[in-house]
Amino acid sequence: MPKLIKGVGCPYCGSSCDDIEVLVSDDETKILEVHNACIIGTNLFHHANDATRPKLPRMRQPDGSMKEIPYDEAIDWMAKTMLKAKKPLIYGFGSTNCEGMSAVGRIAEKSGAVLDNCATICHGPSFLAIFDNGYPSCTLGEAKNRADVVVFWGCNPMHAHPRHTSRYSIFPRGYFTQKGQMQRTVLCIDPRETDTAKLADHHLMLDQGHDYELFDAFRTVLRGFEIPETVAGIPREKIKESVEIMKKAKFCMIFFGMGCTHTDGRNHNIDHAISLTRDLNNHTKCSIMAMRGHYNIAGPGQVWSWQFGFPYCIDLSKGSHAHMNPGETSSVDLAMRDEVDCFVNVGTDAGAHFPIQAVQHLKKHPFITIDPNFCMASEIADLHIPVRIAGVDEPGVVYRMDNVPIQFRAVIKGLPGVPSDEELFDRVYERMCELTNTQPIWLAAKEHRKYPHNPVVS
Amino acid sequence: MADGELIVKGGYVVDPTRKIDGEVADIAMKDGKIVDKVSSSAKVIDAKGKVVMAGGVDVHSHVAGPKVNAGRLMRPEDKLLSGTCRSGMAQKNGYRMESGFSIPSVFRTGYEYGRMGYSFVMEAAMPPLLAPHTHEEIHDTPIIDEAALPVFGNNWFVMEYLQKGEVENTAAYIAWLLKVTKGYGIKVVNPGGTAAWAWGLNCLNLNDNVPYFEITPAEIIRGLIEANEYLGLPHSMHLHQNDLGNPGNYKGTIDALKIAEGIKAKNKFGREQVMHSTHLQFHAYGGTTWADFNSKAKEVMDYVNKQKNITIDLGCVTLDETTTMTADGPFEHHLHGLNHLKWTNVDVELETAAGIVPFVYDPQSKVCDIQWAVGLELALFAKDMNRTFITTDHPNAGPFTRYPRVIKWLMSKKAREATLGSFKHKDKVIEATNIHGIDRELSLFEIAQMTRSGPAQCLGLKNVYGGLAPGMSAEVAVYDLNYKNMPSDPEKIEAAFQRAACFIKSGEIVVKDGEVVSNGHKKTVWVNVKMPENPQVTRDVTQAFTKGTYTMNLINYPVREYLAPHPYVIDVDVEA
Amino acid sequence: MATVTLKPTKVPELMFEGYSITPDAFAGKTPAQIADLPGHEGKIVMKLGDFFEVTGNAGDTAADTNIVINGDCTRVKYIGARMTAGSVTVNGNTDMYLGGWMKGGKIHVKGNVDSFCGIQMQGGELVVDGDAKNHVGCAYRGDWRGMKGGTIRIKGSAGNDIGTFMLGGTIIIEKDAFIHVSTHAEGGTVIIKGDVEGRVGGQMVKGDMYVLGKIKFMMPGYQKVGTVEKEVDGTKATFDHYIGDLGERHPKSKGEIIYANLYLKAAA
Repeated sequence: MPKLIKGVGCPYCGSSCDDIEVLVSDDETKILEVHNACIIGTNLFHHANDATRPKLPRMRQPDGSMKEIPYDEAIDWMAKTMLKAKKPLIYGFGSTNCEGMSAVGRIAEKSGAVLDNCATICHGPSFLAIFDNGYPSCTLGEAKNRADVVVFWGCNPMHAHPRHTSRYSIFPRGYFTQKGQMQRTVLCIDPRETDTAKLADHHLMLDQGHDYELFDAFRTVLRGFEIPETVAGIPREKIKESVEIMKKAKFCMIFFGMGCTHTDGRNHNIDHAISLTRDLNNHTKCSIMAMRGHYNIAGPGQVWSWQFGFPYCIDLSKGSHAHMNPGETSSVDLAMRDEVDCFVNVGTDAGAHFPIQAVQHLKKHPFITIDPNFCMASEIADLHIPVRIAGVDEPGVVYRMDNVPIQFRAVIKGLPGVPSDEELFDRVYERMCELTNTQPIWLAAKEHRKYPHNPVVS
Repeated sequence: MADGELIVKGGYVVDPTRKIDGEVADIAMKDGKIVDKVSSSAKVIDAKGKVVMAGGVDVHSHVAGPKVNAGRLMRPEDKLLSGTCRSGMAQKNGYRMESGFSIPSVFRTGYEYGRMGYSFVMEAAMPPLLAPHTHEEIHDTPIIDEAALPVFGNNWFVMEYLQKGEVENTAAYIAWLLKVTKGYGIKVVNPGGTAAWAWGLNCLNLNDNVPYFEITPAEIIRGLIEANEYLGLPHSMHLHQNDLGNPGNYKGTIDALKIAEGIKAKNKFGREQVMHSTHLQFHAYGGTTWADFNSKAKEVMDYVNKQKNITIDLGCVTLDETTTMTADGPFEHHLHGLNHLKWTNVDVELETAAGIVPFVYDPQSKVCDIQWAVGLELALFAKDMNRTFITTDHPNAGPFTRYPRVIKWLMSKKAREATLGSFKHKDKVIEATNIHGIDRELSLFEIAQMTRSGPAQCLGLKNVYGGLAPGMSAEVAVYDLNYKNMPSDPEKIEAAFQRAACFIKSGEIVVKDGEVVSNGHKKTVWVNVKMPENPQVTRDVTQAFTKGTYTMNLINYPVREYLAPHPYVIDVDVEA
Repeated sequence: MATVTLKPTKVPELMFEGYSITPDAFAGKTPAQIADLPGHEGKIVMKLGDFFEVTGNAGDTAADTNIVINGDCTRVKYIGARMTAGSVTVNGNTDMYLGGWMKGGKIHVKGNVDSFCGIQMQGGELVVDGDAKNHVGCAYRGDWRGMKGGTIRIKGSAGNDIGTFMLGGTIIIEKDAFIHVSTHAEGGTVIIKGDVEGRVGGQMVKGDMYVLGKIKFMMPGYQKVGTVEKEVDGTKATFDHYIGDLGERHPKSKGEIIYANLYLKAAA
């Protein structure tokens, strides 16, 4: 009898919907049906059925071909390569669980690596803005239950976060918002007429790259000063009208995306948006939230902050303390400046996402990809190690875009012999300790770990 | 749990639970417990000429969870200040990397508490929806045993039940929530005020109306005390009062304390108080503005001294650059308006909120200096040190790593006068406070009461922590201080408490000569209330999820077992 | 005064963290002792002698010590960082953090410098004959206490984030700058002699800015209040005086609100 599993988390976008229902085969090896998820989420579950999923690590051979090798051999090679490197870079973690992110911390410390995640090419500027200006935010339930004015600035959830608008932001009937969309005024600020903009009550089609000036105009108006006739291509009256809508809101919610983080000024755009949010709190209640991309891309920011004090771009090469300064310790900068001599790509695809010049630099040195599937990064790697898929055949904690931890479950059994990220990193760490003749440091929490030996607690 | 035998020999034992004050005695341990005696093959730790105390117990500290981590994340300059690494010493012998000053990383948190000889730390505010996060951090923190207090004072269910006077339903909801979040007790932060903050408002007065819920802070406080005693929880209702940090708030503070009058503690854990009023320093202010701001520590303590069913902790200002963080969301917004530094806020659906703002307690600022004096005065005016505990409301008034400095100030008038003498506005500070006129110097016995026996009893843990009687957990700290010949230089007191000569945690040596030598075997402590299911509460909770007031699925709300891998569960039986 | 000369002998494979290249670290040392000073290349602790040939004794104190680097330091970070006195002259380019957190003394780079030069500088003089990349005289991430004192002069052009969170001191860019000048600043002076793309003085609370060229995109939060004659770094001109950022908070002093000042050279 197939089994219907309810309340399943979706391993796609930062909305981290946990109302998915998955029908699995009696032996829990096949996904039969997926309900409630968006089309992308549905497909991600079905991908796990792919019979061609890699089951063994593959090592690049001198003739350029890839050859399957046992896990022990791959682990040994990865441990030795990272220990030998002067400064390895470990990057990725868009799509894995927090247990894996925690385990990789030991390897990074041991090998004096730089630890970075996909935020570095995504919402990293949001982190920079948070460093400089804080982050007045809330959980998505607050937006759903209270927000009567919702602003989408430089983001397009209708495409990037398909169920965001129905679960949290535009359509749902919340506790104080029983009329749903009828009760909400939606502003969209975007140079393009996106599908989100089409849904909005007001679309401010600003000149591309001038978000900072527009935020400044909003704030200047809010403080009662006059502004030029047009700012960033938006007429003064439209700006005043928008400010009035936000000011008169009972609860104003600002969502922002890559349109702010990846145009000129980057972090400063977010920084100014945060200042605007803060100013609005002198008139009403206002919150702001980054539209984080992947289902657990908020995870590494959390795990590494509690382990090392920084969310991303963490240089551990000193051994004594962590150092972070994006622009210097960020993955793409490190690659472009030839500052690293080993690259480990985990649960993402740097091959597809990095500038080609950065990939070319990285390819001068050992290139390791850890990913459940084949991707560009796995195909250009010297070593590809497959792992289980967090949220499909491996459980674990993920952080939703609002930093709410959601405990994802596995819906099917993992491929035999294929470890989770956590198990793989623990084995690599153990091998590194053997190679350096040092005691592994497991915290007590790891005593009952699944794999592979009973650890010696030092 | 170490199975070997250990004996700490020849130290001056200070153990208020057995009224031992400086007697030379041996402390024997076996299988993680203190025992009467051990065999001759036991490992010997020489404590001759040193002070021996039970492991420290911290009643209130923000060390793990979403807002602590938001603080770490937003403050790179807490790691690198003016080009100088602020993360403190790196262990000579390896161990995990340490990071951060005012909001240390989990590794540094565990190691620093260990180096100070602390066994148990209570995380002071856990938002229930985000409980898995708190537990993830707790299990990544080495050495120390930890528990966490879920926040209830602005919880929709609690306010709705109490508004209708339904103490039993409130209690049943609390029992359910403690179980699913693996929480320890009832934390109340700015009752009603934080709920009002969801609309940008606040409740500064005990009798203010909470918007929409038609209830007052006073009613929430009283209702939660009653629910706590209905359940007979190990700890009492733990209160962060309304109107924190404002001049003239001491009257409201005393009014809130009065709510406990006439209520008797009902529990089987030896707890005597029904209200723990936390970081009282922030609530003992006189004056009407920052200009005439002054200390009302005496007035507040006069009340506390005569009211036996109240315990307090200090929340001492340590004059550092630190990070304020609290579930008192509107206060943090207000504070940001005063110092204009970066501000983070997290409103949590149906439950609570939190705010974070960096703060520099500048010794050259008169207001900060008065705050410093108020914290110390509370202790110096206290009559019952078993009801008065040392905290800095870490990291709000200062980092917990400054406890040794607070101890120094409390034990030495000379040290207090030296600090007072360094103030630019010394005379104005003296005028606005009592500290200059107080000669009292606390004894090691009193310090042990404030950091060991007192908080352990207050938390209902007096059979486990806070003392050295046979049968208790083997938590032993050795400090390099000669009881008979205390140093005339107060700095040596601080140094001794900063780095224990030896610290034994659950029968295992984890610190030697001030350096961590083991990651220990930490435990997560939580309270499991066993009571018959309450159909109304089950229905209400289920509906909040199925109707989508919560944005998470109910099945994913409870903290899974593996996130608290080494639980120490305290069972509480409630009869129908 | 004594002069220590460093001659680069090898290009580091990764970047070399030359945090020991300061008059403070060199003071009182012989060439052999200086060559033995540490610096990281990734996780490997290298020695200055691995990358430089060292000649000449240092003076007894930092103030008595001049360092001359004859050659290219494109892959060397932290030259002159945290120095308090003395001088460093680089006959070539340098990488990041040149003169970062410096408190005194003088640095002169005859080539170009990478980002973060003069980060959180407190005093002294920093001169770059070529161009600087981004974050000239800015604050460290998250810190609200940026550059507090001293002078930075970039004779070429500079990128973005000049004087972010600046509190004091002077930054002079003799050619063009890209975006974000004095963002979040609460003091100090920035002089741009060329053109700026935009975002001059955004979220600025207090302090002065002079632009002798053109600003392509003005911040909407700035308002013109008059015209003044001023002499700026040797140039006398008529400036349009703007105040702002009107969208930002501003302190009061003696009952008057203090704004940031932008002096933009008036069109001829």
